[in-house]
Amino acid sequence: MSESGINPNKSGVPTVAGAAEATPPGSPPPAARSTTALPPSPPPAPQARSNPLAHLSIAFQPVDYSLKGYHLDATVAPEQVVWAAEQMDREGFSLDTITGVDWLAEGQMEVVYDYFHATRPLRAVVRTRIPRDHPEIPTISKVFPGANWHERETHDFFGIRFLGHPDLTPFLLPEDADYHPLRKDFTA
Amino acid sequence: MNAQASISPSPAAGPPKETFVLNLGPQHPATHGVLRVKMTMDGEYLVRAEPVCGYVHRMQEKMGENRTYAQYLPNTSRIDYLSAMNYTHAFVGAVERAARIQVPPRAEYIRVITSELNRISSHLVWWGAFLLDLGGFTPLLYAFDDREKILDLLEGITGSRLTYCYYRFGGVCNDVDEVFLKGARQFVAHMRPRLKMYRQLVTENIILRKRLVGIGPISPELCRQYGATGPVLRGSGVAYDVRKAEPYGAYPEFDFDIPTFPEGDSMARYLVRMEEMAQSLRIIEQGLAKLPAGPVRAEKLPRVLKLPAGDYCYAVEAARGRFLVRIVSDRKEIPYRVKLRTPCLSNLSLFEEASRGLLLPDALALLGSLDLVIPDIDR
Repeated sequence: MSESGINPNKSGVPTVAGAAEATPPGSPPPAARSTTALPPSPPPAPQARSNPLAHLSIAFQPVDYSLKGYHLDATVAPEQVVWAAEQMDREGFSLDTITGVDWLAEGQMEVVYDYFHATRPLRAVVRTRIPRDHPEIPTISKVFPGANWHERETHDFFGIRFLGHPDLTPFLLPEDADYHPLRKDFTA
Repeated sequence: MNAQASISPSPAAGPPKETFVLNLGPQHPATHGVLRVKMTMDGEYLVRAEPVCGYVHRMQEKMGENRTYAQYLPNTSRIDYLSAMNYTHAFVGAVERAARIQVPPRAEYIRVITSELNRISSHLVWWGAFLLDLGGFTPLLYAFDDREKILDLLEGITGSRLTYCYYRFGGVCNDVDEVFLKGARQFVAHMRPRLKMYRQLVTENIILRKRLVGIGPISPELCRQYGATGPVLRGSGVAYDVRKAEPYGAYPEFDFDIPTFPEGDSMARYLVRMEEMAQSLRIIEQGLAKLPAGPVRAEKLPRVLKLPAGDYCYAVEAARGRFLVRIVSDRKEIPYRVKLRTPCLSNLSLFEEASRGLLLPDALALLGSLDLVIPDIDR
């Protein structure tokens, strides 16, 4: 578990991705990506781009960790975030953080759930989009108690209402705050 | 006391289950910063502790949306001001990952050496302040004496003593000199016997052990549910360290152990940090011995960086746990969104559950063993 090198596939999940898929055209060769001399552990194998969570029903896409900083990325429907969180919980993941992104031009709010695993070198991102004029999404604080504060903070900053959340009072903003400073149309 | 109570209940005892609210903070010596905890007490026992955050909120994430990447870099050293090196490492790492900047090996080694020096100085502040919480004043003076040596060393190469902005996109600000290298070697030689002395003076002290052993147990499952990381998680027996789980920089080239203690109590968290200082000394020693020659900055970087569209994450193992930077770029000079995932927020969020039923002095020992930096929570 503690040996270095990121190879999410060492859990023994059979590899399905072919070598051709592992190196898409346009991506630089592995040697060009490494910023230092290679670690003593074997370099990331082509199988590193396979999906170790393929047995879950979340549609994860493998991404190149060295370019993005996470291994798996999935976009789900807003009503599916609790369902996704339950699967990640069963898989032993821990909630890293929850945050929003305000896509003003598209009239949407993105909600991003970051997960990490304490015993497997695996980082996963679950994201969803909700309408900006009606930003509501179910809470996952019943699955991960730690989501409570992250959702309160996201409500502070973006005004996203987490339905079923036990206490959406301001967390970091003043107790009488009725503004959401990370909205792109916010002016002080 | 129970025998007395059964004979004649004290008039002050009151009816059972009668509680009162005790307000701890926002300015209290045991909260190390402006943290307020609303404590519902049943006598000396804690029924519910509700942390109230936001007193030092500075909206760091909004500041990230109105300045360029280079202009925002100094902000990242002011989030957890006790481990500024690690935090700036995460931000420059995220930008380098997005822009695909190659960092010269010498710069990566210097980053590791300075990050680990910063980790030791951060743990020393925790050690002194934690023992101050527990009623021992002397260790703080020893800790700050040793920390001073690190601050002098880092001041020599960075110009700052606390909020370092030494790492730059593509490397470090300037090369280390002989004075620093010699001083760092001397510090390693100086610190090892000091750690031994700390163990004999404090760690093996029976009063300290009675305050910490078995107090405030945190299970690995509780850590998982709340996303707790760093020495809190390793004090629950889980060998999770970002330097090993998601190796970054030159860390894969270093030989070091992840200290874990399975007990999960405040003593375990104490011992993890004490052992981590010894491991950091090992890393520094290796870094000084193997420091490659060459440049310390990547060449031919544009004056103003524009990152490709998309989101980029970079996690580091800061002194208090996992620190994650998430940058969302829309190809402009300034970030579209900067998310800072700080370890102290997640580590504090389990306090309400972990402190339930503790005696008040034990709850303060638990709070101190979490090693909180409040501006890190509030950002």
